Amino acid sequence: MSTLLEVSGVSVTFDGFRAINNLSFQIGNAELRAVIGPNGAGKTTFMDIVTGKTRPDEGRVIWGEKSVSLLRMSEATIAQAGIGRKFQKPTVFEDQSVQENLLMALKNKRGWLGVLFYRPSKGDLEKVEELAAEIGLKDELTRKSGELSHGQKQWLEIGMLLAQEPRLLLVDEPAAGMTPQEREHTTDILVQAAKTRAVVVVEHDMEFVRRLNCKVTVLHEGSVLAEGSLDHVTSNQDVIDVYLGR
Amino acid sequence: MERSFVAKNPSVLVFLAILSLFTLGVTVLSEGFGIGVISTSFVKTLGKTLCLCLIAVAMDLVWGFTGILSLGHFAFFGLGGYMIGMWLMYERTRLIVVESLSQAEIPPTSSEVVDAIGTQIFGVVGSSEFPLIWAFSDSLFLQLVLVVLVPGLLALIFGWLAFRSRVTGVYLSILTQAMTLALALYLFQNDSGLRGNNGLSGLQNLPGVTVSQDVVSIWFLWASALALGLGYLLAAWVVSGKFGSVIRGIRDNEARVRFLGYSVEVYKLAVFTLTACIAAIAGALYYPQAGIINPEEMAPIASIYLAVWVAIGGRGRLYGAVIGAAFVSLLSTWFTGGQAPDIPLGFYTIKWVDWWQVLLGVSFVLVTLFAPQGIGGLFDLWTNRRAPQRHGAALGPDESALREKEATE
Amino acid sequence: MLRLFLAGLAILCACLTANAQEGGLQPILQEHQEIIAKSSRKTIGPAIDAIASSGLPQAQVMLETWAAKNVWMRKSDGLFFAGKKAEGRSYELADFDTGEIIGTFEKSDLKQLKPNSGIRAMIGTALVQFQLTDPDRAKRLAALTSIQRDPEGALLEPLRASIDGEPDADLKAQKQRLERLLTIGYDEDTAARVAAIEEMSDDLGVDVRAALNPLVVTRLQTAVDLPSDVNIAGVVQPGSDDLSGDTAYDLLVASDLAAPRVSADDIRAALAANINGGRVGGVPVAQLNSDAARAQAYAVLAEAGTVPALITQTDIDAALGAHVFFETYAEPSGEVTAAAEKALDQIELKVGLNQTLDLTLDAISLASIYFLAAIGLAITFGVMGVINMAHGEFIMMGAYTGYVVQQFIPDHTLSIIVAIPMAFAVTFAMGVAMERLVIRWLYSRPLETLLATFGISIALQQLAKNIFGTQARPLTAPGWLDGAWVLNDVVSISYIRIAIFVLAMIFLGLFLYIMKRTRLGLEMRAVTQNPRMAGSMGINPGRVNMLTFGLGSGIAGIAGVAIGLFAKVTSDLGSDYIVQSFMTVVVGGVGNIWGALAGAGMIGFLQKGIEWMNPSNTLAAQTYMIIFIIIFIQFRPRGIIALKGRAAGD
Repeated sequence: MSTLLEVSGVSVTFDGFRAINNLSFQIGNAELRAVIGPNGAGKTTFMDIVTGKTRPDEGRVIWGEKSVSLLRMSEATIAQAGIGRKFQKPTVFEDQSVQENLLMALKNKRGWLGVLFYRPSKGDLEKVEELAAEIGLKDELTRKSGELSHGQKQWLEIGMLLAQEPRLLLVDEPAAGMTPQEREHTTDILVQAAKTRAVVVVEHDMEFVRRLNCKVTVLHEGSVLAEGSLDHVTSNQDVIDVYLGR
Repeated sequence: MERSFVAKNPSVLVFLAILSLFTLGVTVLSEGFGIGVISTSFVKTLGKTLCLCLIAVAMDLVWGFTGILSLGHFAFFGLGGYMIGMWLMYERTRLIVVESLSQAEIPPTSSEVVDAIGTQIFGVVGSSEFPLIWAFSDSLFLQLVLVVLVPGLLALIFGWLAFRSRVTGVYLSILTQAMTLALALYLFQNDSGLRGNNGLSGLQNLPGVTVSQDVVSIWFLWASALALGLGYLLAAWVVSGKFGSVIRGIRDNEARVRFLGYSVEVYKLAVFTLTACIAAIAGALYYPQAGIINPEEMAPIASIYLAVWVAIGGRGRLYGAVIGAAFVSLLSTWFTGGQAPDIPLGFYTIKWVDWWQVLLGVSFVLVTLFAPQGIGGLFDLWTNRRAPQRHGAALGPDESALREKEATE
Repeated sequence: MLRLFLAGLAILCACLTANAQEGGLQPILQEHQEIIAKSSRKTIGPAIDAIASSGLPQAQVMLETWAAKNVWMRKSDGLFFAGKKAEGRSYELADFDTGEIIGTFEKSDLKQLKPNSGIRAMIGTALVQFQLTDPDRAKRLAALTSIQRDPEGALLEPLRASIDGEPDADLKAQKQRLERLLTIGYDEDTAARVAAIEEMSDDLGVDVRAALNPLVVTRLQTAVDLPSDVNIAGVVQPGSDDLSGDTAYDLLVASDLAAPRVSADDIRAALAANINGGRVGGVPVAQLNSDAARAQAYAVLAEAGTVPALITQTDIDAALGAHVFFETYAEPSGEVTAAAEKALDQIELKVGLNQTLDLTLDAISLASIYFLAAIGLAITFGVMGVINMAHGEFIMMGAYTGYVVQQFIPDHTLSIIVAIPMAFAVTFAMGVAMERLVIRWLYSRPLETLLATFGISIALQQLAKNIFGTQARPLTAPGWLDGAWVLNDVVSISYIRIAIFVLAMIFLGLFLYIMKRTRLGLEMRAVTQNPRMAGSMGINPGRVNMLTFGLGSGIAGIAGVAIGLFAKVTSDLGSDYIVQSFMTVVVGGVGNIWGALAGAGMIGFLQKGIEWMNPSNTLAAQTYMIIFIIIFIQFRPRGIIALKGRAAGD
């Protein structure tokens, strides 16, 4: 299995507080991975580093076959390179319709001139409809996304991520605040997505992780505590001590 | 699903129709071409108002749609005015100088003509040399290019510096205000090369044009209306497509747009520069109608008024900006011109010349508090659109995101 | 003549007292009757000398009367008397020696002595010796001041003579100092002058520099060969930075050593004067619109001898090469000029150091003004995240409050003591009202707050204009704040500025105390960091916000009183400070009082520094400062003292 993203020896300090401490992490193509850990374990900061929002004090973040370093790239270029990110809170553009949201995310030219003269082709519109069907929003295309329910917004955001056609998807607590049915749907979408690309899911909820049925990485105090199947890590004494045992 | 531009934006057609009707009406009623009901000075006021509407459209694009509360667009407006003013003043002085020198026994050399123009123009600041920035003032074409180029370049450099360091929100507003102040203070100096606080004057006289101001004012009205129409069309086109989606996304949630792979800085810079150019063109049309430009016009307060107009008209909708600018500036002319009747209260007489500013300030606070949609919101009553019910939450996390009451369902 | 007079005076002064004459003043006057009556500046010298050196007490009175044009000569016998206008055209005459009135005479019998200004100046000089030894201290001081204002070589000896007898220590020191300065300028003895120069070379006084500077004044001159009989400061090469070729040639022309250049205007005038049948020198007039054609026509005229030939660059170079250019001192003595140059260098260095100190004091005082103006903003903007464009108007209201209080309490000290809490109360109330009515509806909408408070700002400004008018209102500082603390002639700082510095420090302390030691400060910090959590802990965030805003506004009001003391109180007082205040807060770093202090310090020092580099242009200084700040923000977007990491809240 070839490596898509390799994070090695990364550390970040905020005002003396070490949020990430010598963290190393790898993920291959088409792999589903769950990252769990208690509050303050550095899950969100880890995502911030990969997506370029936070610059680490030391360490390397290597991406893709050509092994480019992500540390010098801006958020936008990292996103263009194929890393999509879903935030904890659903963040869609609430003043715009579902269709506009998806069109904006659709993999296309990102330069301002290209965008200025862009008019959606037939193919683009079809793709949007397909995606909308996939996330169950086919009938809501012209509605403003601000009017959608919480779960629908989460799906829309996942749909936007899929529209970006990223090679790596970083998903932060996708199931938060969802009804059980919505959770199930979300799991399906993620598992489906992981067939063609790498997906990293940060999640609190053990049940949700179990349903994903994938390799699990446990973070604690900014570094990897354990890695393996869910059963493997839940039987690890360290993990029980710091996380599950509480 | 995807409809044509006009079908999606019926308001553009309506706007253009009203604008043409207005222009036609003023022409028919004017002294220059019509029955003379409207005085030439009022035609000029209307022409200037059209220019203010144009810069308001630019402001709406940059603030209402992209969320950058720029307090510096009047600096670009003024710069545009200065650029065209330089040619107008140079050329007109040249004609006068050539005329007077032709009386001499020996025909003047070109350098004597230039020296005489220099003495004429800069005598008031105790100089006679042409500063470097006047190098192209003898060419209308180059100076017209500079109208767009100089403010555009300033916006580009300033914007690049500001957006690159991710200054946003009120910080950015204060920074743009500082830029305006710096420029105004610079121009106030006598050795700035633009005649210090005297500014440029006599701009209403077109060199080589002998027809009366009655006719010239109508020409400028047409030019202003054309510029406003084109500017409106351009702005409507820009915001209608995916570019519009992206900049509105930047307004409501900048970080999210960034994670979608759009380089937010570049988009902001593009909008900032484009609107600076539109503002400059508006200024280049405004000041020949005003006749005089001086650094006072570029003081930071002018740019804040611009924001006031757009807010009162309703930000985030182009016709709102136009209505706001036209309404407030015409009303302001009416009140400060002493035409509004005084209100005697017995113990005190309210003179509107003195109280208009107070009224404007207070009504501005009221609009911000109670009617963030501004005058434009009235149209929603008509089209039955309502604000979404979001329990007070704004549409995005950013400072400039639309508020609940500003948005429509 | 002057030298002769000087010498005479010196000798006479030496034996001033011994020479007292028995016969009174009139005989002396009669001795010089002719020249006194003639009243010519050229010949009058001996007469004045004789009177001044008579040693008679009445000599002073006589000279004063003379200078005041009140001395009359009786035509019948040629005697001089003090005259006083009586009835009609008659005058009452009094004897100088006895002071007794000898009678009233018709104007026709008398001749008035009308000394011209030259003579009056000589009389004045002669009088100085009396005034310098006058028993009245005020008169002696006045004499000293007049010498200081208008130093003259002739005064040196009387001054020296008066030093020993001076009873007042202070005046004596002043006399000695003045004697040194006069020695530098006017002593006959070169060695004495050099010694005096060296003695004064570590003195910072403006008067020392005023005494030294004329000695080193140079004049550019030119000659074929370098003369040896003048005090040459140096030779300059034409075409160098110190002397351009054009200036050098102009000097040659002015010294009649070279022919004047023919300017473009001259050419045109010459051509215009020589138009012959529509042509000049064969060139049609219509073609004379280029320099080349004009030169051609002029050359023809020159050849014909009707106009002088053009001076070419070669001519100029040759003329410049044939002459030497040099600067000469007006002062003939080389030793003196060398010593003066050296002393001036020394003083310059010391002045430079002191100027730096003065500039630093200025910068600190400017910084404390900015700090005062910004501290309220640092609270509302920094702590609450609320941008208040009406902050400047609160400063203005504070200043107007001070003005109004002074209308009711005429005692300035008392009125300031009353005005400060009044201003705080007024602006505090105003701030609380604004927070309750407007701002609290716009929390988390800083841009809307900016615009709404701007609306309030223009309304308040216009209201102030309507109430107080557009002209500036005075807010007078109490008398004990007048004047300045003077260290020396270079370094001084006005008491008002010191007071403002002290006030700024008090506010810093007060702010720190409130934030760190009081319940309100604790709640304020809690609400800033997490309003919801603070709310659930029983803190009422609304009340805290209200008080915080009121506090910030109140401090702005007090700042207004302070600023009003030295600035004019007008309705746009606030807007002069608002941008700088925001800059201070932004540059310093938001949410931190030390940031505001650092920002104020930086902006104050920067502005003074730029002004020092380009003192003529404060507008340019402000422009450059703002540009600097814009660039500074590039490198430290969060200000000098920034909150880092997650606390900063991306």
